Amino acid sequence: MGARGTFTGGIHPYDGKDLSKDKPIKDILPKGDLVYPLSQHIGAPAVPVVKKGDHVLTGQKIADAAGFVSAPIYATVSGTVKAIEKRRVTVGDNVNAIVIENDGKYEEVDYGECKPLEELTKEEIVKKVQEAGVVGMGGAGFPTHVKLSPKEPDKIEYVIANCAECEPYLTSDYRRMLEEPQKVIDGLKCVLALFDNAKGIMAVEDNKPDCVKILKELTKDEPRITVKALKTKYPQGAERQLIYAATGRAINSDMLPADAGCIVDNVDTLVAINSAVRENKPLMYRIVTVTGDAIADPRNFRVRIGTNYHELIDEAGGFKEDPEKIVNGGPMMGFAIFDLDVPTTKTASALLCLTHDQVSEKEEGPCINCGRCVDACPGRVIPSRLADFAARGDKESFQKWNGMECCECGCCSFVCPAKRQLTQQIKSMRKMVLADRKKK
Amino acid sequence: MSDLMKVSSNPHIRSKAGTSKIMLCVVLALMPAAAFGVYNFGINALLLILITVASCVCSEFLFDMICKKKNSIGDFSAVVTGVLLALNLPPNAPWWIGLVGGAFAIVVVKMLFGGLGQNFMNPALGARCFLLISFTSIMTNFECDAYTGATPLAVLKSGGSVNVFDMVVGRTAGTIGETSMIAIVIGACFLILLGIIDLRIPGSYIVSFIIFICIFGGHGIDFNYVAAHLAGGGLMLGAFFMATDYVTRPITIKGQYLYGVLLGILTGIFRIFGAGAEGVSYAIILGNILVPLIEKVTLPKGFGRGGEKI
Ligand code: SF4
Ligand code: SF4
Repeated sequence: MGARGTFTGGIHPYDGKDLSKDKPIKDILPKGDLVYPLSQHIGAPAVPVVKKGDHVLTGQKIADAAGFVSAPIYATVSGTVKAIEKRRVTVGDNVNAIVIENDGKYEEVDYGECKPLEELTKEEIVKKVQEAGVVGMGGAGFPTHVKLSPKEPDKIEYVIANCAECEPYLTSDYRRMLEEPQKVIDGLKCVLALFDNAKGIMAVEDNKPDCVKILKELTKDEPRITVKALKTKYPQGAERQLIYAATGRAINSDMLPADAGCIVDNVDTLVAINSAVRENKPLMYRIVTVTGDAIADPRNFRVRIGTNYHELIDEAGGFKEDPEKIVNGGPMMGFAIFDLDVPTTKTASALLCLTHDQVSEKEEGPCINCGRCVDACPGRVIPSRLADFAARGDKESFQKWNGMECCECGCCSFVCPAKRQLTQQIKSMRKMVLADRKKK
Repeated sequence: MSDLMKVSSNPHIRSKAGTSKIMLCVVLALMPAAAFGVYNFGINALLLILITVASCVCSEFLFDMICKKKNSIGDFSAVVTGVLLALNLPPNAPWWIGLVGGAFAIVVVKMLFGGLGQNFMNPALGARCFLLISFTSIMTNFECDAYTGATPLAVLKSGGSVNVFDMVVGRTAGTIGETSMIAIVIGACFLILLGIIDLRIPGSYIVSFIIFICIFGGHGIDFNYVAAHLAGGGLMLGAFFMATDYVTRPITIKGQYLYGVLLGILTGIFRIFGAGAEGVSYAIILGNILVPLIEKVTLPKGFGRGGEKI
């Protein structure tokens, strides 16, 4: 079973990357208060270790992990803890958050001496990643140290750097690979240091030939790392599809990548791992693409976590036209937000502002059984029927027709000529089934 | 600002494909065959096409109105049904055949089952078979000014010889739209290029049919005989425009191949062992009925469970 560099299904939407891809990443400093929701990851919310009135420094821990599957949170500016209270976050809920008033001095803590990678033990490397609060920054927010601690580390054969960036409009990974390719590679080397039997694969979509070239050049003396150009197609960066395209191994929804001997980390996560391991620096920044046809000057920013979304929009020149829809993340898997007064979190990859909402433009019609959703589905299921089962609440048939293999990528809704909300229906059904399984 | 913004579940972008656009393309793709039919058979063919389409569209409009449903003629599926049915009528049929057929196709075969997407049988074919059974002599009389009567397939069946070149071009007796292989294939290519249909069903249908008649036709691998079977009767129109009807074919990919093979075999059986010379319509209708079963045995396995390759 060889790696084909692609998978069956998928779509080629308008990619919108030209809006922002040629502009360098810009550093921005926050002006207003910074807000740190305690739950920016999958797992137990972090527990505050500061109280109202405390003075904190940049890089100081303000909340600690509450268990193994959890992650600590660090201040990204120096200033005073103004409050610990409920604040609205991107998904619309009000959750507990630490609010810090920026004193504008950016005084940093001393990160201490750092041993070179070669002298660190495996436990120390994982510990550093854990302490730094690194989580999967592609959107899921799963604590990275958990991923890096599989049951049988010797069985890990591939560490895959997810450099696909298949979501339309997003260019943050692209800019990162152009501007700081060595950091990505060094991050991958940190992970490879944990798994003696593993090879590193940097999987890039072939619409980024410049990145492929740079990475190949920089890794030509790295026997353990290969750069693989994958076919450009959404969702090439979806974990299961990526593993399949890069290694030829297919895992189902009940398996973890580690079950197929794989560990997958995305570009931003690898950079965060790198600074955690080699510089003792906690996760404080991320790259956010602010883009869309409503934005005056679309581009990428290096953002301090906690920064308000309004500030990002202002930095991008504000709106040149009123947006009809604002999406947190990419257009395929991101979610629409109705309030910009929310903070940047560890998992915020993009802010997409569209002048036209293509979803509400057209009415939903009856399914004409055209099969477009079937051809496009990377989960290799029958979305039209799954949505019918979901509408009827028929969990049994839904599972029999392999509804759980859906990766919620959105391809089916995208292609449907009848404009059915397939993904939405299938997603909520999957949630219900998963909840049922947990109860048992 | 916030009350102006729209929120909905992902994805937030949609392709430009739309139901009515697809249906319009199918109508366009049927135009070469229709135009040739009018050229070949004269003005009565044109009249029949217009009446049948009008009957389909009006029936749908009235049905929606009487049942107080949302008007659905804007999706153009009724037009597709009308054109397809007309192309399956004898060129000299009286005008009321189009009227009755169109109304039957829309009201009985489609709307009573719930409208677009819910019918299990191709409306045009359902209506054709209804007409064949109810008005057999009209529906099987292919005599007209241009041709003396027997269709090439009937001639072939009774052991006569046919001119394959004339059949490919379409200068033979038959229904309005089935005679010209060239015109049909031009329309089909248009749909294939646009990605509206693919070769899964027509390909497996035609290939399995060829194999079947080579084995059971009694002529061995006789090029002329095979070509005459392909160009004659409703095979081309059926394979490219009726077997590929979205609503009434299996949605599973493997199922589509299986369906094509099944139609090929059924058509072969009906043509060679059946009483009549034709078999495409009945084969497809029988295929339609078997679709749920075909889907059941070809359920995809899903990614990571062995289904990732297909
Ligand atoms: S069913 Fe799931 S995996 Fe398949 S296209 Fe739809 S969202 Fe994607
Ligand atoms: S793409 Fe839409 S119309 Fe076509 S089969 Fe799927 S759900 Fe039905």
